[in-house]
Amino acid sequence: MNLLDKIKSMDRNSNTYTIIYSSTMVILVAMLLAIASTALKPAQTKNIETEKKIDILRSIGKADGIEQASNKHAFVSENFNKYIPEQVVVNSKGDTITGLVAFNIDMKVEISKPIEQRNLPVYKAKLDDGSVKYIIPLRGRGLWGPIWGYIALNDDLNTIYGATFGHQGETPGLGAEISTTEFQQQFKGKSIFQGDSILAFTSVKVVKGGATPNDPHGVDAVSGGTITSKGLESMLFDCLSAYQNYFVKVKNNISHE
Amino acid sequence: MSEVKEREPWFSPKNIKLLTEPIDSKNPVTVLVLGICSALAVTVKLKPAIVMAISVTVVTAFSNLIISLIRNSIPNRIRIIVQLVVIAALVILVDQILKAYVYDVSKQLSVFVGLIITNCIIMGRLEAFALGNKPWPSFLDGIGNGLGYGLILVIVAFFRELLGSGTLFGYRVIPVEWYIKNGGFYENNGMMILPPMALITVGIIIWIQRSRNRKLIEE
Repeated sequence: MNLLDKIKSMDRNSNTYTIIYSSTMVILVAMLLAIASTALKPAQTKNIETEKKIDILRSIGKADGIEQASNKHAFVSENFNKYIPEQVVVNSKGDTITGLVAFNIDMKVEISKPIEQRNLPVYKAKLDDGSVKYIIPLRGRGLWGPIWGYIALNDDLNTIYGATFGHQGETPGLGAEISTTEFQQQFKGKSIFQGDSILAFTSVKVVKGGATPNDPHGVDAVSGGTITSKGLESMLFDCLSAYQNYFVKVKNNISHE
Repeated sequence: MSEVKEREPWFSPKNIKLLTEPIDSKNPVTVLVLGICSALAVTVKLKPAIVMAISVTVVTAFSNLIISLIRNSIPNRIRIIVQLVVIAALVILVDQILKAYVYDVSKQLSVFVGLIITNCIIMGRLEAFALGNKPWPSFLDGIGNGLGYGLILVIVAFFRELLGSGTLFGYRVIPVEWYIKNGGFYENNGMMILPPMALITVGIIIWIQRSRNRKLIEE
């Protein structure tokens, strides 16, 4: 009598049978899931990478035509290399940190550090008309989980050229509205500094009940998504304020040239 | 009585009934009142509601099938845990596959895929049906219940998205000019995007269903 027959003939309610049954089941399921996870990992990583590139491109309005592309990954990579020729990493003093690749920096890790220790990625975009945009990655907390985004600034480092936001699990129809174009369009042309002074950092406020149309620092909040809106506001403030010194340095360099 | 058991046809009237009954007279949401939690959570917009309906149908069908296949070997004392392991494994598998091949949809659903595990319909069907029936009827029962659940989800999401956001599948249905802020007369009903209105919508569906089908009314 071999082992399998022995197990088959066992009392279904005995402790030994229960233990053998549960351990076999757990091992089998674990193996199955491990195989699935390993096999699907490359495809998933590729998706996440492409997604990040699309987000960056979207902030400068260059994410059109992606859905129609036959090879999405290749199409996105090509556009990314074309429009984002330069990436730098800076610290909160505005000095460039060498030896780091901006694209590989995990914002989740960076925002948990104090501002002085953060590695801050900057993507420099060059559009078809030759104008330079500075793309700053953002990350913060919404109501249910993390929210993130990219904000593109004109070369005056004050006016917003474009913005895009994403979220992990905000409520559809409420907080999730931050990822709609209607919401993101509002950011165009807003400014993050008070007047022309580079020192008066104000960021952009998300105003409940609607911002006045000519408010240079305010956009309408999402109705029913107060906590997500507040989270977005503090994400903008927190992430952008870390770049203040860098902005001053770049501006001085431009005016000296 | 002959000893040779005649093979039941795949789509015998009895099997068809397993598929159609959960859609109306044995609907898991409106009659058995299961799976209400996710019916509140994912019905603000139509698109996530539909993807959720499909995912739940797949998971219910296959967990029913698997549990039915191994039903005679499961030790009675740990049967709930065994069911849970099967459901959890399937859900993780669905989540991983979505992430690898339909990344956009997986982003849409995000946490809700994981929450399929907690959907009471799935475990309810395993306990009530799959443990005592053959694999094929169990599979059909799973699909039927998934569809019954999905139908309610889609109906609720249709009204919530239309009245709450003025859109369907994200496309604008109610013209922008109608809104008060653009000089019109219309305003979206903000209540519709909050969970309580989903409960009320489900309540109205139950009311309509019971007034049509008197058999569903308890004595």
